Amino acid sequence: MKLAYWMYAGPAHLGVLRVASSFKNVHAIMHAPLGDDYFNVMSSMLERDRDFTPVTASIVDRHVLATGSQRKVVATIHRKDQEDEPDLILVTPTCTSSILQEDLGNYVARAAPYTKSEVLLADVQHYRIHELQAQDRILEQVVRHIMDPERQKGTLDTTPTPTPSANLIGFFDLGFHHRDDSRELRRLLHGLGIEINSVLPKGGSIPDLHQLAKAWFNIIPYREAGLMTAKYLEESFHIPYIDRTPIGLIETRKFIGEIEAILQTRGVDRHEYYEKFIIHHETIVSQAAWFARSIDCQNLLGKRVIVFGDCTHAATITKLLVRELGIHVVCAGTYCKYDEAWFREQVNGYVDEILITEDHTQVADTISRLEPAAIFGTQMERHVGKRLDIPCGVISAPAHIQNFPLSFRPFLGYEGTNVVADLIYNTFRLGMEDHLLELFGGHDTKQIGESQMAESISNSKGCQWTPEAEKELAHIPRFVRSKVKRATERFAQEHGYPVINLECIYLAKQSTSVDIETIQHLLFNDETEVQ
Amino acid sequence: MLSDQVTTAELHPSAPLTECETGIYHTFCPISCVAWLYQRVEDSFFLVIGTKTCGYFLQNALGVMIFAEPRYAMAELEEGDISAQFNDYHELRRLCVQIQQDRHPSVIVWIGTCTTEIIKMDLEGMAPTLQAEIGIPIVVARANGLDYAFTQGEDTVLAAMAQRCPDWTPDRTATQSTSSPPLVIFGSVPATVVSQLTFELQRQKVEVTGWLPSARYADLPAVGEDVYACGVNPFLSRTAITLMRRRRCKMIGSPFPIGPDGTRAWIEKICHVFGLETTGLAERERQVWSQLEDYLSLVRGKSAFLMGDNLLEISLARFLIRCGMIVHEVGIPYMDARFQAAELHLLMRTCEAAHVPMPRIVTKPDNFYQVQRMRDVQPDLAITGMAHANPLEARGTGTKWSVELTFWQLHGFASAKDLLELVTRPLRRTH
Repeated sequence: MKLAYWMYAGPAHLGVLRVASSFKNVHAIMHAPLGDDYFNVMSSMLERDRDFTPVTASIVDRHVLATGSQRKVVATIHRKDQEDEPDLILVTPTCTSSILQEDLGNYVARAAPYTKSEVLLADVQHYRIHELQAQDRILEQVVRHIMDPERQKGTLDTTPTPTPSANLIGFFDLGFHHRDDSRELRRLLHGLGIEINSVLPKGGSIPDLHQLAKAWFNIIPYREAGLMTAKYLEESFHIPYIDRTPIGLIETRKFIGEIEAILQTRGVDRHEYYEKFIIHHETIVSQAAWFARSIDCQNLLGKRVIVFGDCTHAATITKLLVRELGIHVVCAGTYCKYDEAWFREQVNGYVDEILITEDHTQVADTISRLEPAAIFGTQMERHVGKRLDIPCGVISAPAHIQNFPLSFRPFLGYEGTNVVADLIYNTFRLGMEDHLLELFGGHDTKQIGESQMAESISNSKGCQWTPEAEKELAHIPRFVRSKVKRATERFAQEHGYPVINLECIYLAKQSTSVDIETIQHLLFNDETEVQ
Repeated sequence: MLSDQVTTAELHPSAPLTECETGIYHTFCPISCVAWLYQRVEDSFFLVIGTKTCGYFLQNALGVMIFAEPRYAMAELEEGDISAQFNDYHELRRLCVQIQQDRHPSVIVWIGTCTTEIIKMDLEGMAPTLQAEIGIPIVVARANGLDYAFTQGEDTVLAAMAQRCPDWTPDRTATQSTSSPPLVIFGSVPATVVSQLTFELQRQKVEVTGWLPSARYADLPAVGEDVYACGVNPFLSRTAITLMRRRRCKMIGSPFPIGPDGTRAWIEKICHVFGLETTGLAERERQVWSQLEDYLSLVRGKSAFLMGDNLLEISLARFLIRCGMIVHEVGIPYMDARFQAAELHLLMRTCEAAHVPMPRIVTKPDNFYQVQRMRDVQPDLAITGMAHANPLEARGTGTKWSVELTFWQLHGFASAKDLLELVTRPLRRTH
């Protein structure tokens, strides 16, 4: 057992659900107790999804414990097959149901002959892997499940497309800026004259998988998920892959270089065109190179920062900060413990310290020990930063609804370099501004505001409060207390209460419109802070 | 407990007919109760003994609270715990000692989850031993998704706490200078609601001797044969049964103080049991309604559909019908027709008075079928969980998250306005 307050990556079945809900027309059935379907809530709230999340639970209850759940699972599969007519039904166990050791594979085998949909049991081990690993594994499992039978029969069309083309693998629902990254990457490839063969899994569909082998190469933009699929496609169909993340100018240039190299092996030489393309984009489209030279950025030189996040973002942002902006990364870390070796190799030589941990308190301790000027991390680091008064830019999942923006904000490609540069600059700037304000004695207006408020309160000093009433007032959240106090005193004066007692408070609350905006939307929302 | 196969009508000929569906519906896991209970019981610490799935749920559902150093944590079970390579008792002792050192709580509440049920971890057996060993009370509540939905988690915790209440002794009554018999109110509500409801009863000369839960664990109310008990939330049937059967309290069955109509009926029932004449209550209720006119004109004649996830649905539907709405369906995870008898009766009377048909009451609803039914009746307002809110909005149905109603204040006269403010939001929005 371990004491845990916070975790960076969720349980394995969430990875399965993310694969299912990312594809078009795939339905997931989870073998789970009541209340475990909170993935639907996350999907509906964070992604602001307009459609019902294609996830149904086959509920494990007392009855199931006594009699087994074969009938229930099979019935749920048949029901969803008829109701939604999906291309694939993905059945997944949860932590709880995996302990029951029911033969879900057998249930799936029994249901499958009578469904129009493909039915597949997700191969996850809850106590060994987490969400990100499951995502990688299950995506590969789905691809293999669809492609292997045809491959063995030799009926799969593996003729390469006439012009260079690529599969983009690894964009998911609830992925950190995945929607915009996918758009930006497609735009970049379009500019390079590469056709998009398929995008997986977000936006892709099961019928698309039959076409996968026609691509010239695969692109795996994120380290966390997609590599297993790419390796399968390489082994089975000899399709090469690029697993470099094009975040920042240097990495994007290398990324384009790798594409060029792959095209060359097939006798397509685009060297001159790509050189021009890069120069055009680095000088006209992306402002990042100019920003790095500008006076603003000179001020950032040598500033000490800490970077923490998933492997992909923590590693690439670290390299970007050091190589492109001259910022001093005192510590870089990741919570993807299983991928430690890769991460170390990536950031080695760029940072003073490397931190590999899943424990947020260890990250917080490191931050307070090293006292950086800024943090680039996840939501958790943002809150640590708030506590320690250090600005933080969010560069990696886990993220809140703020990181599912409505506007176009990719991290990848040339537009990504602009977004990341803004993020870095604003994070530092805010910290500096606060610091300077403090140095020069704070906002002048603050005191004026306070004295005005004091005055308006003292205007109503004819009001006396009984001790019980004062106690009641103390229950009201601090940030609206004075507002409520004034409203109550106004009510007391209008209705002739010489002393404000409990009755007066309650009647006042009942008649005046208490500012409903102060309701703390604590759920899935991070706008307000708990006092 | 009522089995699902028995309809309420068979049990109580006068009760409305309920239907039972498949139980494939969305709700929060009952362990979510730690979110509000740790705030109500100020010196408590809640330890949820479960897996990553439980932890990730709490972390996501409770949003920003997780960053406020909450007084709860997961005891995350690892592979070795599941396969019994580790000794449960030693593991729990290690964690509880750490909590004791770091936070100094007056009570640790263990929340049992689905996993502890399935691996049959004997929490009730271990707690007394560990409690004696480390010298801090340990209360065990099995708030798991195998048996319960959402707010029922609070029910399991309060039922466990009811066992820890001190015994009521007659000499304690001697020191009381009140006319009414001892009365304990059960149900966790914000501190302001506690003082409001206590105050309303005081006006009717009823003294409340204590609340379950109390703001501090040490102040749990005394209960016993002479003590009357009355609930404020519709999901507290286990707590009610524990207080009646194990602690010999006398139960006052009443509608719940949600909405001005419910609040009045609640106070009247308590006074009636104590043989007291109420004064000025009708006037008080009328006054509240008159102040709500702006909102009432908005909702009058509009229709609502409650998908059901938190057991507050019957009371809410009754209030909305009293406000002039038509309610098509009331989904509810579980219905204790005995504990809710008075509330169901008030719902029927309210429908009669408003000349509207009784809503269809569906226990263990099926969300898929509900969405289809909603397509047929096209309600103006759907009260639903967050999993369905955005998709329903995208299909043109105004929605209100039911979770917000669980966390917001609903009780007493003074809350009516805020309640309507919340509910009418989707109706007020300009397009």
